[in-house]
Amino acid sequence: MELSLWTYEGPPHVGAIRIANSMRGVHLLLHAPQGDSYADLLFTMIERDNHRPPVTYTTFQARDLGSDTAELVLRSIHAAVEKHKPQVLLVGDSCTAELIQDQPGSLASSSGLSVPVVPVEMLAYSRKENWGAGETFYSLVRGLLQNRVPAPGSEAPPRTNEQPSVNLLGPSSLGFRCRDDVREVTQLLNDMGVRVNVCAPLNASPHDLLRLPEADANVCLYPEIAGPACDWLHRNFKQPTIKTVPIGVGATREFVAEVAKTLGIDHTPDSEASRLPWYSRSVDSTYLTGKRVFVFGDATHTVAAARIAHEELAFEVVGMGTYSREQARSVREAAKELGLEALISDDYLEVERVISELQPELVLGTQMERHIAKRLGVPCAVISTPAHVQDYPARYSPQMGYEGANVIFDSWVHPLMMGLEEHLLAMFRDDFEFNDGAQPSHLAAEGVSTRSEAPAVNDASHGEDDTGASAELTWDLNAERELRKIPFFVRGKAKRNTERFAADNGVNVIKVDTLYEAKAHYSR
Amino acid sequence: MTEAVLATDNRAASTAPAITVERGQRAVFCGLTSIVWLHRKIQDAFFLVVGSRTCAHLLQSAAGVMIFAEPRFATAILQDRDLAGMADCHEELDRVVEELLSRRPEIKTLFLVGSCPSEVIKLDLNNAASRLQSRHSGRVRMVAYSGSGIETTFTQGEDKCLTELVESARAPVNGSQKESPALIIAGTLSDIVEDQFQRLFDELGIGPIAFLPARSGDAMPRAGSNTRVLLAQPYLTETAQALRGQGAKVLNAPFPLGAEGSLLWLKAAADEFGVSDERFEEVTAAPLARARQAVGYQREKLRGKRIAFLPDSQLELSLARFLARECDMNVESITTPFHDPQIMASELALFGEHPDMIEGGDLESRLDHVRALRPDLTVCGMGIANPLEAEGLRSKWSIELIFSPIQGFDQAGDLAGLFSRPLARAAQLEV
Ligand code: SF4
Ligand code: SF4
Repeated sequence: MELSLWTYEGPPHVGAIRIANSMRGVHLLLHAPQGDSYADLLFTMIERDNHRPPVTYTTFQARDLGSDTAELVLRSIHAAVEKHKPQVLLVGDSCTAELIQDQPGSLASSSGLSVPVVPVEMLAYSRKENWGAGETFYSLVRGLLQNRVPAPGSEAPPRTNEQPSVNLLGPSSLGFRCRDDVREVTQLLNDMGVRVNVCAPLNASPHDLLRLPEADANVCLYPEIAGPACDWLHRNFKQPTIKTVPIGVGATREFVAEVAKTLGIDHTPDSEASRLPWYSRSVDSTYLTGKRVFVFGDATHTVAAARIAHEELAFEVVGMGTYSREQARSVREAAKELGLEALISDDYLEVERVISELQPELVLGTQMERHIAKRLGVPCAVISTPAHVQDYPARYSPQMGYEGANVIFDSWVHPLMMGLEEHLLAMFRDDFEFNDGAQPSHLAAEGVSTRSEAPAVNDASHGEDDTGASAELTWDLNAERELRKIPFFVRGKAKRNTERFAADNGVNVIKVDTLYEAKAHYSR
Repeated sequence: MTEAVLATDNRAASTAPAITVERGQRAVFCGLTSIVWLHRKIQDAFFLVVGSRTCAHLLQSAAGVMIFAEPRFATAILQDRDLAGMADCHEELDRVVEELLSRRPEIKTLFLVGSCPSEVIKLDLNNAASRLQSRHSGRVRMVAYSGSGIETTFTQGEDKCLTELVESARAPVNGSQKESPALIIAGTLSDIVEDQFQRLFDELGIGPIAFLPARSGDAMPRAGSNTRVLLAQPYLTETAQALRGQGAKVLNAPFPLGAEGSLLWLKAAADEFGVSDERFEEVTAAPLARARQAVGYQREKLRGKRIAFLPDSQLELSLARFLARECDMNVESITTPFHDPQIMASELALFGEHPDMIEGGDLESRLDHVRALRPDLTVCGMGIANPLEAEGLRSKWSIELIFSPIQGFDQAGDLAGLFSRPLARAAQLEV
């Protein structure tokens, strides 16, 4: 048993629903009790879909268990097929159904249905949502194409279209900004003269999946979901996989280069295509230098975010990690390159503990980290699922490609500026224009009150109280006054460094001299 | 609403109209969901679901954005090892409970909540609760109940929880024989509503009264043979039975929704406790007038509008009665997940026969029915609201009716307002 307060991922069958809901003409028959139908609201409320996800729940009850739940499965299958007339029927178990072992997949396959049935194995007690999505997509691709795999040694069929083409694989319902990423990457490819053959699962039909082998290569846009399908297509249809995920300017340039190389076309990346490089170099971005950031999310977005933070915004990545054990390797590698050890955990409390220890100035995470950051008073931007309704914005806001880099620049720098506003308020709150109740505008709705009577040593940076360091250390009055004179945007760092220096040197009362000794010590 | 309401109540409830039972696919939350409001009510309690990742995800999705503090509910997620018998589930549970209690020393009551998986593998949580109880006695009270989706629908989770609280209140705590109250109000109400009712009962001279659930785990009332019970929520079939089992008398009344419902609900208690009609009038006249006035404003917006109910909270019939009788709405169709004719007797007496009333309901056919009716407003579960809106059908999520204070005189106008707002919004939007 594993104690869980909040989970980063749902169960695997929610991943299966994500795939069904991404596509057209696919229906999922889920053997599940009534309560599992809560999953509908993930789609209709969080993603604001205008239709129920294409799922039929068998909704068996305790009284059915004694009799024949298999009979119920068959009835539900026939009702679902008749009502929704899908091109393909996916059939799977939820966690409870897995225990009663009705094998709905084989029941459906042998029940003489007129539509193709693709059973999906969910492994609810060891796997999770992203795995379930990846497995379902892979099962669909294989289920539909396995009869068309060319015999070993046979020639690849000639290209039907002169223009080089790729498939975009992985974008899905409830993914992070997938809808906009697809548009951005499609445009990027079109600009290179490359056509998108099929984009799947998002907006694809089973018929579209049958056309997958016509493309020259597969773009594995979200490895969590498309990884297994890309591997299978590579093995069976000799389609190469383009693996660079184009999030950030550097990665987008590499993506363009990889596409060009794979397809044997000439293309030089457009260096003017994103505003991020210039914005990042412009002088008013100087204050971003060395901002301490913590990055956490799924593997794809975490690795990309850490790279952007380090290479494109000149932040200091102080910690990074992922909730996905399956994809942990890439995160570990990326962390190692930054001299860090990755945090691999789906324990929300552990993530919270690490964040409060590291005291970052910016958190890039999921909705969970947004709440942690809010509690600690640290600015935050959401970069990955799980996400909330506000992370499915009405406006065009991709993460991928050059426009994605622009969006990322804005959405990460904005909370830092908001954070500055908060510090300014704290700094000037003794001035006559401000009263003790003044709040930073971006936090007003949260009811966070400014700590009105706190001395400078306590307001200089957030979350300080948790460290325990301040408990044994005191600042004498002059040192505290001196600290107040330090500009607010470096005051937190000065305080932290001074206290660490004092602790390391056995100083209990911090004097003005201690402050400057620490400054000298750390200015190496 | 007419002045004749009190007379109406006296009509015999024997003419209960037939309700059609329809089986099929359901799309209603399971009983675990009630943890979302129960944990806010019982402030020193922790709810530990023994279940799967699905259960954890359901709770989190239903609790939505309320993740600001460390929650007082969690899931002990069963793993492969537990199922394969490689780990002893009871030992694992003990370990998880230890871990939990050491982190949350302030917890006074720990609910072990059963789920579909724990029930299918026949993990005996009652047994676990008594084992853990003897280990932690004096510190934490252990209570086990089922919130599983194979046993309970949405609000029935509260019924199971309260039933268990009533049953376990049978044994006197710490040897002290607690006085049983004269009146128990059963069913979670928001604090503000409780306080209003407490004032009214005080003025009526009825007491001592107790609320079930109480705001803290060790304050749960114990019924005695002198105890009367008023149900504040309609989904408490088993709780009512358990209270009866302790000798209490459960009063029959409509539910305190709207001016009329609140009045008749209080009147049932007043009559039982021999409060004079004059005194009753004196106490209720002012709040009743306020309630009627507030509902009156909304009635102008709701009159003649057609409404349908999809199955969700079990409040359907009470809401339909309020909207029909006090807001002049036309109730076209009512589907309720579960119907208890005894508990609903007074409601049915007021509302009367309805040709389109269904218990259970098959999701697809109910949706098609609503599409055919095209009512002005459909009360439904959260997952279905936006799809209906997208089809041009205005909706009201019933879960909001569970979370918002809607009972009593001073909430009657707000309650009506929850239904008029979507209509006003639709009328104003030009895009
Ligand atoms: S229906 Fe059963 S398995 Fe699903 S969330 Fe509810 S208790 Fe858990
Ligand atoms: S309100 Fe402030 S802290 Fe919260 S997410 Fe926005 S910028 Fe970050």
